[in-house]
Amino acid sequence: MKKKARIEMYSFQIIGYVFISLFAALCLIPFLMIAAGSLTEESHIVKNGYSLFPSAFSLEAYALIFKNPKQIIGAYEITLLVTAVGTLAALLLTTMTAYVLQRKDFAMRNAFAFYFFFTTLFSGGLVPWYILIVKYLGWKDSVLALIVPSLLNVFYIIIMRAFISSTIPDAISESAKIDGAGDFRIFASIILPLSKPALATIGLFIALHYWNDWYLATLFINKDHLYPLQYFLYKILSSIAFANSSVAQQGSFVVDAPKESFKLAMTVVATGPIVLLYPFVQKYFIQGITIGAVKG
Amino acid sequence: MHPKRIWRDLRNNRTLYWMILPSAVFFFVFCYFPMAGMIVAFKGYSYANGIFGSPWVGFDNFQFFFQSGKAWLVTKNTVLYNLAFMIVNNLLEITIAIVLFELAGKYFKKFLQSVIFLPYFISWVVAGAIVYNLFNFEFGAINTFLKSIGVSPVNFYNNPDLWPYILVFFSAWKSVGYGTVVYLATIAGIDKEMYEAAKIDGANVYQRILRITVPSIVPTIVVLLLLKVSQIARGDFGMFYQLIGGNGPLYDKTDVIDTYSFRALLDLQEFGMAAAVGLYQSVLCFAIILITNESVKRVRKDSALF
Repeated sequence: MKKKARIEMYSFQIIGYVFISLFAALCLIPFLMIAAGSLTEESHIVKNGYSLFPSAFSLEAYALIFKNPKQIIGAYEITLLVTAVGTLAALLLTTMTAYVLQRKDFAMRNAFAFYFFFTTLFSGGLVPWYILIVKYLGWKDSVLALIVPSLLNVFYIIIMRAFISSTIPDAISESAKIDGAGDFRIFASIILPLSKPALATIGLFIALHYWNDWYLATLFINKDHLYPLQYFLYKILSSIAFANSSVAQQGSFVVDAPKESFKLAMTVVATGPIVLLYPFVQKYFIQGITIGAVKG
Repeated sequence: MHPKRIWRDLRNNRTLYWMILPSAVFFFVFCYFPMAGMIVAFKGYSYANGIFGSPWVGFDNFQFFFQSGKAWLVTKNTVLYNLAFMIVNNLLEITIAIVLFELAGKYFKKFLQSVIFLPYFISWVVAGAIVYNLFNFEFGAINTFLKSIGVSPVNFYNNPDLWPYILVFFSAWKSVGYGTVVYLATIAGIDKEMYEAAKIDGANVYQRILRITVPSIVPTIVVLLLLKVSQIARGDFGMFYQLIGGNGPLYDKTDVIDTYSFRALLDLQEFGMAAAVGLYQSVLCFAIILITNESVKRVRKDSALF
C-alpha cells in the first residue's frame, strides 16, 4: 500500500473509533448514573446532587425495597403473566394468520391482506378505542386490557408471511395434503416447527413490548394490585404511589427515608432483568431487524 | 367474486377461514369498530348513553379545538419534532453504520454496537427517570456538575426553549441503535466484489464510502424516510408523556397532538373534544400517506408503500 493510502486508512480508523466510542459512551452514561445513584447515601444526594460515580456508598435503598417486597413482587407477577400469555397467544395468532395469507390456493388472501393492512393507514384514534375497551368490553381494571389490545401487529404478520412463503416450499404443504392432512394439521405439525427461527425473533420483539408496556395500564388500570412493573415504576417515580407504598408506611419515612435513591434502586430492580438478558438475546433482535429490512 | 363461488370457497376452505377468523375479528373489534366510533367527535358524549346514544352536537367539538388556539400549535410541534427526529436520527444512523462497517477489529466493534443498541430495550418510563435525574433542579447531575465548576444551576423545567434539544437528543439516544442495525443489514448486503474491484483500482476508504456504500443504500434511505414522512403527524406519545409529564410550563414548546388529546380525554374527560382532535389527526395522517405514496409512485415506482 502506498504511504498516503495508509495514512488515510489509519486516520479513518482513529476518527471512526473515537466518534463511535463517544456516541456509545453517551448511550451508556445514563445507565451508570442510575446505578451509581441507587448505591449512594440519601443524605449525600440531597446535599450534593447526583453524580456519575457512587461517592458515599450505601445499600439502604435496596434494603428498603427488600424489607417489604410485596408490591414489587406483585408487579413482577403481573408483568410475567401478561408477557408470557400475551407473547404465546400473539405468536400463535400471527403465525396462523400469516400462514393462511400466504396460501396461494386461498382465493380471498388478498382481500384479507388489504383488510389487515388498511388498519395501518387509517385509525379511529384514541377515544373510540378507549370507549370500546372501557364501556363496551368492560375491561377497566382487568388483566385482559393489558394483553388483548396489543395481540396483533400487522407488520409482524407481514414479516411472518414473507418468512413462511420464502423458506417453506409449497410442495411440503401439498404433499401433506395428498397424504390426507387437514389445513390446521399442516399448520400445527409442519409450518409451526419449521418457523422456529422467525418465531424466536418475533416472539422476543412481542415479549419486549409486553414487558415494557405501561401505556395500557395508564389507560385502563387503577387498582394497585394489577399494576404491571413499568407502570408501578412510573407511579413510584412520579411520587404518586410513593406515599401509599411500603416505605411510607414505615414510620421513619417522614424523617429521612431515602426517597431519591429509593426511586433509583426501584428503577434498577425493574430494569435489571432486561439489561442482564440483553447480551444473550441481542442477536435475535438483530436477526429480526435484518429479516424485516430485507423483506419489508 | 360471484356469491355462489364465495359460498363454495367458504365450504372448501372452511379450515382456512376458521384459522383467519380470530384475527379478522380482532381487527374488526379493535380497528374497524373504533373507525365507526369516530362519530363521537360530533357528539356530546356521556358514558351512560354510549357512542351511539349520545346526542349530536354538530361541529362544536371541532370549533372548541380550533378556537382554543392549540390546534395550530400542537400540529406544528408534532410535525417539526418529527422532522427533527427524522433528520438527526437518520444522519447518525447512516454515519454510524458506515463507520462501523469500515472499522477494523471485531470484539470491541461488536461491544460498541451493543452499547448503542441498549437504550432501545429500555421503556420510556426508565428514560423518564434518567431525564429527571439529569435535569432536576435540586439534585440533577447536570446542575451538580455546573455547581461544582462554579456556574449557577439552570432550571430546566422552567425553560421551555431548551427542551427541543433535549428531546432530539433522547430520541436519538433511544432509537439510533435500532436504525443502525437496519442500515448495517443493508450495507452487509452490498456486493463484495465492488469493494474488491475498488481496492484494486486504488480507491481509498472515503472514495469507497462515497462511491459505493452511499449510492447502494439510497433506496433503503428513501423507503425509511417515506415511512417516517407518512407518520409525520403522529407524535411519539410515550416519549413526550414520560419525559415531559405534567410540566405545564413546557407545554407550549413540547405539546404534540397525541399528548394534547390524551390529556383532553383522561384529565379533562372531554370525550367529544378529544375525539375531534383524534379525527383531525387521523384524516391528516391519511391524507399525508396518500400524497407521499402518490408522489413516490410518479418518481420511483418500486419505492411506493402500496
